[in-house]
Amino acid sequence: MTDMATSQGTRTRGWRGDWRVILLMGGFCLCYVAVGLRMGLLAATDPEEPKLAWSVTSDRPVRGEIIDRNGVLLAANLPAWSLYAHPREIKDPVAVADDLDRIFPQIDRDVLLKKLTGKQRFVWLKRPVTPREKQAVHDLGYPGLHFGNREIRIYPTGRTTAHIVGGVKAKREDVRFAELAGSGGIEKHFDERLRNPAEAHEPLQLSLDVSIQQAVRAELAMGMERLTAKGATAILMKVKTGEIVAMTSLPDFNPNERPELHRGDPAFNPRFNRAAQGRYELGSTFKVLTMAMALETEVAHSQTIIKTPPSLRYGRHRIGESHRMPPEMPLEDVVVKSSNVGSARVAMMVGTRRFKSYLKKLGFFDPSGLELSEAAKAKTLQPDYWTDLSTMTISFGHGLAASPIHLASAYATLANDGVRVYPSLLAGGRDNGKRVFSTQTSREMLRVMREVVIRGTAKRADVDGYELGGKTGTAEKVGRGGYDKNRVVSTFASVFPTSSPEYVLVVSLDEPTDRSGPRPVRGAGRTAVPVAGDIVRRIAPILGMRPLKPSNDATIATLDVNSE
Amino acid sequence: MNRHGVILLLLAIIAIAGWAYSINYNTLTTLDRVSELRSEIATERETLQVLKVEWAYLNAPERLEKLVRRHNRALGLMPMTPEVLSHAAAVPFAEGQPQFVFSGIPGDPYIPVPRGRPAWRSNQ
Repeated sequence: MTDMATSQGTRTRGWRGDWRVILLMGGFCLCYVAVGLRMGLLAATDPEEPKLAWSVTSDRPVRGEIIDRNGVLLAANLPAWSLYAHPREIKDPVAVADDLDRIFPQIDRDVLLKKLTGKQRFVWLKRPVTPREKQAVHDLGYPGLHFGNREIRIYPTGRTTAHIVGGVKAKREDVRFAELAGSGGIEKHFDERLRNPAEAHEPLQLSLDVSIQQAVRAELAMGMERLTAKGATAILMKVKTGEIVAMTSLPDFNPNERPELHRGDPAFNPRFNRAAQGRYELGSTFKVLTMAMALETEVAHSQTIIKTPPSLRYGRHRIGESHRMPPEMPLEDVVVKSSNVGSARVAMMVGTRRFKSYLKKLGFFDPSGLELSEAAKAKTLQPDYWTDLSTMTISFGHGLAASPIHLASAYATLANDGVRVYPSLLAGGRDNGKRVFSTQTSREMLRVMREVVIRGTAKRADVDGYELGGKTGTAEKVGRGGYDKNRVVSTFASVFPTSSPEYVLVVSLDEPTDRSGPRPVRGAGRTAVPVAGDIVRRIAPILGMRPLKPSNDATIATLDVNSE
Repeated sequence: MNRHGVILLLLAIIAIAGWAYSINYNTLTTLDRVSELRSEIATERETLQVLKVEWAYLNAPERLEKLVRRHNRALGLMPMTPEVLSHAAAVPFAEGQPQFVFSGIPGDPYIPVPRGRPAWRSNQ
């Protein structure tokens, strides 16, 4: 049935079906012709950039800017040029070389001539070129000299922030652009972030405050000069967030003319960052940590009497004092008067296992985690075999070398109610970690640190109204055949104000000598401590901190006269 | 179709052709103007960048400090020290006067009462 119906239908609509096929074919033909015509048209017309879809931003790779916590520019890009030549287009290489030599006295004329007469089709002559130099070359009017576009990295704040920003070098270079890659400091650590076009328009904001940084640097440089030190470093860190407000290392360099890799004595290498890269035995500043451990493990309290004989024997070794001590004293005086023997005995009460675990919790055995390419390599130097003797000497800061950043973080942790603080150079800082010490230990240690300044080894850092508290450390440097008495690293680690800690300041001087008295003095109390006092006096007003009590009576008396 | 219709159609074609022609040229001139403005914007941006960097360089604390030191005889500036900072409440006043009003400023809740009119009109 169905078969019959179909065949019948086909037959009755015969030619109309054909007509439909023809229509369909015609339609297809039309489509093909249309596509073919369009292709022909596209092939025949000249290629042209779409004019409106073009974006305004340049297609050159641009590196992100770096700013400080107040938005001051620390690193930026400037448009510049690079000069190149096509030697085959040059008619008179000698004249060109002579004229270029006059514009660029820093390039050797013979090198220029050799480049211009060589067989290459393309040679770089000078990178980068300033606008004035470019104009001068233009005025020469020689054919064959060309300019390429590139960006140069500028550090407007110069030396002040040299070690933090680091530097860049050209990675891939072309006549249209130069791709810059970080080669040190923040520039290297955040290279990906700064190069990523999606993030490049947003400046990278650091925790640094340039005006504080400059004040710290100026005071430190003055102190370093007065004490004829080889180098110096200072770190100012916010207690709660671990943000680094100022970090300076001397000698420094001009990042706009970054020196090449340094040969010779690394102590004089200006590119070496003493704060994050240098590792030093930090001396008695560790006694504060030792005492905090003793309080925390409850092996002693501040008034526990500790026997402090003039020296302590351990096997073949002898631990001595740097100055005379009473035969016994309360634990807090071990820190205030800085007794090595007392500290060693307290460390043995804590025990090597617990001592090490606290140092671990304070971050001494890991890289500091600071966002600088150099900081990642600065791992603490510690004994290969950790014996009880190691614990004893490390309790007063000998036998373990850590970076000043490590020390600043440990003091910040102690001051931050005992909760671990991680150092950071980014605005906002990093989140705090786990609790290391109890609130009670933290309070007690702040009181003891204040005592050190009031009646101990750091009297010269007592700035009225800022309640500075801290601990000195004088570590003899290792010379030929043991420790060298005349070459020390003197350190002062401090917290202020101790009643509600806001900042940690670590000052460290390399081989300082105070020659103002009859005999040269090298101890931290006469070197690092007064420098730290000067720094606090200078920066506290800039930080907006007011003295916590009226400065002194004399000031009020003068005001009294004026108000008459 | 009558003659009028044809003439009308022809006129319409001419008008439309003229309109299309002018639109085409308007577009071209606008495109030129756009690219002109774009290069102008690019130049302005570059200038802005140069000025921004120059501003940062001129205001670099290191440079300012050098300048202050060089012209210190004329400026007579000194680094701010803690001695010059205090609370307003610490300023002593003559007795018998209401001395302080509540300021609402955190950290410094009381400010002294002004003791007379400001003297800025005295020269008249």
